[in-house]
Amino acid sequence: MKKQKNKLAGLQKRKAIAGYLFISPFILGFLLFMLKPMFQSLYMSFCNVTLGAGSVTMDWIGIKNYFDAFRTDPDYMRMLGETFLQMILYSLGIIVFSFFVALILNQEFKGRALVRAVFFLPVIISSGIILGLEENNQLMSQIATTVDASVSNINITAGLQEILRTTGVGVKAYEWVFEIIENIYDIAIASGIQIIIFLSGLQTISSSMYEAADIEGCTKWESLWKITFPMISSIFLVNWIYTVVDYSMRSDNDVMDKIQTVLTVQLNYGLSSAMAWAYFVVVTAFIGITSFFISKGVYYYD
Amino acid sequence: MTKKVKVQKYSTYWDRNRKSGGYLFRKDVANVFVRFCRFILLFGLCFLILIPLFNKISVSFMTKEDLFNPIVISVPLHFTGENYQIAAEIMKYKVGLRNSIIVSLSIAIIQTAMCTLVGYGFARFKFPLKKMWFAFVLGMIIIPPQAFSSSLYLHFNMWDFLGIVKLIKGQGINLRGSALPYYMMSFTCCGLKNGLYIYLVRQFFRNIPVDLEEAAYVDGCGMVKTFVRIMLPEAKPIITSCFLFSLVWQWTDGFYSKLFLGNTTLISTELSRLVDSLGVYIARIQGGGANAQVGVSTQYSNAILATGTLMIVFPILVVYLFAQRAFVESISSTGIKM
Repeated sequence: MKKQKNKLAGLQKRKAIAGYLFISPFILGFLLFMLKPMFQSLYMSFCNVTLGAGSVTMDWIGIKNYFDAFRTDPDYMRMLGETFLQMILYSLGIIVFSFFVALILNQEFKGRALVRAVFFLPVIISSGIILGLEENNQLMSQIATTVDASVSNINITAGLQEILRTTGVGVKAYEWVFEIIENIYDIAIASGIQIIIFLSGLQTISSSMYEAADIEGCTKWESLWKITFPMISSIFLVNWIYTVVDYSMRSDNDVMDKIQTVLTVQLNYGLSSAMAWAYFVVVTAFIGITSFFISKGVYYYD
Repeated sequence: MTKKVKVQKYSTYWDRNRKSGGYLFRKDVANVFVRFCRFILLFGLCFLILIPLFNKISVSFMTKEDLFNPIVISVPLHFTGENYQIAAEIMKYKVGLRNSIIVSLSIAIIQTAMCTLVGYGFARFKFPLKKMWFAFVLGMIIIPPQAFSSSLYLHFNMWDFLGIVKLIKGQGINLRGSALPYYMMSFTCCGLKNGLYIYLVRQFFRNIPVDLEEAAYVDGCGMVKTFVRIMLPEAKPIITSCFLFSLVWQWTDGFYSKLFLGNTTLISTELSRLVDSLGVYIARIQGGGANAQVGVSTQYSNAILATGTLMIVFPILVVYLFAQRAFVESISSTGIKM
């Protein structure tokens, strides 16, 4: 009996060693390349950094950089607020849009594979540097405005907006909705991966559930809320986190841009790090709080 | 004795419809309506996604006159391939393409291999401090390298580990400007979006039944052999998708390429400075010397930019057309869950 226990411990030990061997590349890389810059950047955010020839001097100045970022810099605070609001708005838009599209793409129809391919295309094409280039391509936007102008009489959103404005229903709320609708292109190209994740979730729901509901007299609408929604609620959590992270770390958003400008143009390493860390803390806190609330609503079937 | 159930046959559609009290017809009409709406919606959205690509294609074939001609919007009046020639020359397309293919392919292979190993380690072994290390992986997903790029610059300018190098050589090694450190980072899973790949691979392996492995252990298979012979063949879909993603994202990456591969001509870095190079190129052609600033019209430079973008995207598009299934379906096969 005792011998057997020892043997088990030996196996566990061997497995632990094997596990460490498997992840050793990551540990090595993390210690060699990532750990120091991360902490150095955190440290630098409390320092006045001056670059000499081949040397860096850091003088501890406490929270002055943070103070500068929030109080002295004219743009940072405003940008942070705006980006944060935009992040919430767009993430919600992306989640709703991708859920909706995934529902449609889960149905059977001709050319489904083609449509799926098109929706996934932006993940491949609008990545990396190309995303940044598209932002300031004036020729493209000029073409878009020309096309817009020729169909300006049938601008639905403007008409609706007019109606709602005159009736005066919840001004702020509908303005946000219209902002999303008018930027549907940005949302569509940002939701490729989310659509696929939702699709994979939808495919795991067994069709017998829908059949049972159908026999019991459930309408499609009811079974959407009573079956589909709870069954993929865990996917909502994953998608929400992915979307927020993806959106907040895109290189074309204002705050990231500002951080890069302070770094490369003003050469203020300390201030740039302080801005980056402040932004990062805000985003992480937001992800933490929201995912806590979402995970409370997640339903686990098994 | 068998009973024959008499099935009454209704000859025409309208007969059957009358029998069902109009239900059949209503259902069919609703079906057609739904299909019609779905078609309009999907067509519109696909159009929305594809239109920038189409615009770029049409612009890339326009001559200068067409660009300034207000009547020409999307179909060029004079077809020309000149834009492609100029963009190729400015971007050093041949060299850049070759380098990009070499770098992206090799990096993708290394990253996929290493991330598969690490992901498997996280999915299937119990060891002390596992949660901590995995938290670091998640941290790497959430904190992008751009956020602390300032100290990354410094770190790689004077790379050192625990002061060992400094003891030997007197100062740290400058690792920037050569490709070696980036390969090292790829070997150690610190490259572009590697945290995400580790996470995906881990999720995939966690869904494979443990019995499979245990059977292999019982039959006397070692840990490495089990991994290579049993688990790897199972993981083909996720490995393919990791490889494709890392290939494509490396192809268009600007950040790491600028940081480490500044001396290598890559088409991604060439594209990002295309507009500046265009000005220099035109000044040189017109023979105006170094300080003669020739203004390039925005329309023209944007047309060249669109052409350049197309030339970068084209190889990826070809890969995507062939591996579209692997891209789309491999993610769904990972069954991501919390």
